[in-house]
Amino acid sequence: MQLTVWTYEGPPHVGAMRIATAMKGLHYVLHAPQGDTYADLLFTMIERRDARPPVTYTTFQARDLGGDTAELFKTAAREAYERFKPEAMIVGASCTAELIQDDPGGLARALALPIPVIALDLPSYQKKENWGASETFYQLVRTFAPKVEGAAPRTPGERPRCNILGPTALGFRHRDDVAEVKRLLSRLGVDVNVTAPLEATPSDLARLADADVNVVLYAEIADVAARWLERTHGQKTIRTVPIGHNATREFITEIAALTGVDPAAVLDDANARLPWWSRSVDSNYLTGKRVFIFGDATHAIAAARVASEELGFEVVGLGSYAREFGREVRAAAEKLGLTALITDDYLAVEQAISELQPELVLGTQMERHIAKRLGIGCAVISAPAHVQDYPARYSPQMGFEGANVLFDTWVHPLVMGLEEHLLAMFREDFEFNDAAGASHLASVHPSAPQGTPEVTASEIVWSKEAEAELTKIPFFVRGKARRNAERFAAEHGLALIQLETLYDAKSHFAR
Amino acid sequence: MTPAAPSAGCESEALPVLRERGQREVFCGLTGIVWLHRKIQDAFFLVIGSRTCAHLIQSAAGVMVFAEPRFATAIMEERDLAGLADANEELDRVVDRLLERRPDIKLLFLVGSCPSEVIKLDLSRAAQRLSVKHQPNVRVLNYSGSGIETTFTQGEDACLAALVPEAPSAGDDSLPSLLVVGALPDIVEDQFRRLFAELGIGAVDFFPPRRAGAIPAIGPNTCVLLAQPFLGDTARALEERGAKRLPALFPFGAEGTTEWLKAAADAWGIPEMEFRRVVAPHRERAKRALSRHKETLAGLSVFFFPDSQLEPPLARFLAEELGMRPIEIGTPYLNRDLLSEELKRLPPGAVLSEGQHAERQLDRCRAARPDLVVCGLGLANPLEAEGLTTKWSIELVFSPVHGFDQAGDLAALFARPFARRAVLKV
Ligand code: SF4
Repeated sequence: MQLTVWTYEGPPHVGAMRIATAMKGLHYVLHAPQGDTYADLLFTMIERRDARPPVTYTTFQARDLGGDTAELFKTAAREAYERFKPEAMIVGASCTAELIQDDPGGLARALALPIPVIALDLPSYQKKENWGASETFYQLVRTFAPKVEGAAPRTPGERPRCNILGPTALGFRHRDDVAEVKRLLSRLGVDVNVTAPLEATPSDLARLADADVNVVLYAEIADVAARWLERTHGQKTIRTVPIGHNATREFITEIAALTGVDPAAVLDDANARLPWWSRSVDSNYLTGKRVFIFGDATHAIAAARVASEELGFEVVGLGSYAREFGREVRAAAEKLGLTALITDDYLAVEQAISELQPELVLGTQMERHIAKRLGIGCAVISAPAHVQDYPARYSPQMGFEGANVLFDTWVHPLVMGLEEHLLAMFREDFEFNDAAGASHLASVHPSAPQGTPEVTASEIVWSKEAEAELTKIPFFVRGKARRNAERFAAEHGLALIQLETLYDAKSHFAR
Repeated sequence: MTPAAPSAGCESEALPVLRERGQREVFCGLTGIVWLHRKIQDAFFLVIGSRTCAHLIQSAAGVMVFAEPRFATAIMEERDLAGLADANEELDRVVDRLLERRPDIKLLFLVGSCPSEVIKLDLSRAAQRLSVKHQPNVRVLNYSGSGIETTFTQGEDACLAALVPEAPSAGDDSLPSLLVVGALPDIVEDQFRRLFAELGIGAVDFFPPRRAGAIPAIGPNTCVLLAQPFLGDTARALEERGAKRLPALFPFGAEGTTEWLKAAADAWGIPEMEFRRVVAPHRERAKRALSRHKETLAGLSVFFFPDSQLEPPLARFLAEELGMRPIEIGTPYLNRDLLSEELKRLPPGAVLSEGQHAERQLDRCRAARPDLVVCGLGLANPLEAEGLTTKWSIELVFSPVHGFDQAGDLAALFARPFARRAVLKV
């Protein structure tokens, strides 16, 4: 048993729901008790979808157990077919149904529905949401895009074609990433054959073989399927994720090389503003900002690169909840001289953040809450995310426009460079008192962080003068100054923090 | 899943009841942890379940991410399923670790889930064992919040029923006391406390208590006033302890609150004149607050999807005090006994439905085109997209809605969707 407070991922059948909800013409019949229908709200509320997910739950109850749960499943599947008339159906069990072993696949086959029915085997007690999504997508791809002996090869000279694999429902900015990547590809002169699972039908999947290259945007979802396509249809795979300016250029170069098109015009995009924004003098103050990064593997690895190479931050922590991609994350961390934090224990992440005291946290909604509590700026870079991270505006993470978005959203929680100087200059003015936060810092509470009692040595006392001096320090660094002074005092065996101690600590911890 | 024909209930004047089986679009009883842990401030809720259970609570709790909330899930893994002895050992280990980390916990609930029940993990024995082990610091109790046994608010019922045996006994000779049952926001409790004091009703206790150590004594001189309609098991457990339940309307709206208080006043022999004198100003204030919303809501039809069992009292409130017209009043479970007063007051023409076949109910709802649909979070946006106006039912459970001073707020919850529609020009 694993003691869990908050989870980064849902159970694997929620992953299957993300595939079913992303696609069209596919229906999911899930053997599950009534409470499991909560999963609908992830899509209708968090992602604001205007239709229910295409999922039918059997919602068996205790009184059905040991009797007619199998019959219940068959009725639900038959009724779902009649009502929704899908092109294909996936069937499976949630954690509870897995224990009662009704064999949804066999039951569905016995109904002899006139459509393909794919049985999913998603072990709930071992696996999690992303694995479930990946496995579901893989099973669908296998079923609908089998090897066809003697299939006509692509004619040479034809315009190059690729598939875009990985975007799902409830994905972090998947909608906009797909649009951005499609724009890049069309400027390159590469046609998009199928995008899947988002917006694809089962019959679209049947056309997957008809492309030269598979572009894997999110390895968590599509890597397994892409490997299978590689083996079965001899297609090439692009795994470079175009998040950040440099990675986008590499992505373009790579796809151009594979498809034989000229990348020159696309590489120099007039709208790629990140490099100049980052080099401009106001960005000087970004240098060495300490940033902690946590998320799924795709976004965490990409964010670490962008943060260090393209914004000049110092990455002080990097981690992921995606154990399946632990190796990749560890490698990325090593490059930065760090040890990756691979865990799905929220408390471990919180501890790491409060110990490292970064100036910026790039994470999931969980880290957003941690950062808020600790009074640290934060931007969300990965699922799981809340409703506010599914914005109405176009806000991709990928491509050149995505890099622009990253610059804006990551710098936003920090104090602007010029403004930082002004704050220092006018810090004794009444406008800069505790209650007046910087106008753009809505998410950062101006009071001292309350969530870090573990660093406060309770026996240390502050002198009146030191305490008064502390109030003159701008609020957004005051918490840090207080902690540093107390740490300094503790390390030096000082029971009283005097005015001098405060400045000794400042010079001690100055970087 | 045969559609049951509407069948007449026991009372001749009762509404027809449509009983259905099929997909139920409702939460399970684990959801109650979201508000119960706020109420009992030194209790911890440990779900013995799966990743699904953990994910459900977190999704229902929405943005309320506390550093370390007073609830958690012991997620069962493959090896726990292999042998039950292991599962028990694992559970003990998890509880040890938890209590070590959280010395502030005085009461620990082991909450059963579908998986723990299907593998027949005996949580009542585990609770006994752990209670002995951790006494006197921590009391360990258990209840089921599983989706195969409980729907949404029934989790609170199961929790409170498990708490009843913890109450000390009040003997035959003890003074009469009033026990208000059902988790209410503190502010509402305090309002009721003041009203009861003004009425001269002495010794008022609330259940659940705010602290585990403050469980009121129960005995033959305890009068129980239910604040929520879904507390059937709790009521039964209290009655078994000798307590007497005062049948009443539930305290929603000016009328509901008046009659609810009246039930207690009558039991205490408070003269009618005195009751009116005390209640009148509060009741008037509630009515004033309602009148504004009545302008918006009168004459509009409303369709309830089953959710919390609050549906029949709320339908009564909307019909009587705001002039709305209930079309279908869906409830996950119809407790005729506890709702006896309410059912008499439901307007003719409405259909009561118990249980659910989500697709057929949606068909009925679309056909009826009600002015307002009260439904769960999974259905609200899809129905809005179809042009219907909706109210999330979960707010009715999470917000303070009981009593005179919340009557206007309760009405506002139903009026707000219309106010929004009226201002939006997009
Ligand atoms: S319905 Fe059962 S399995 Fe699902 S969340 Fe509720 S208790 Fe857990």
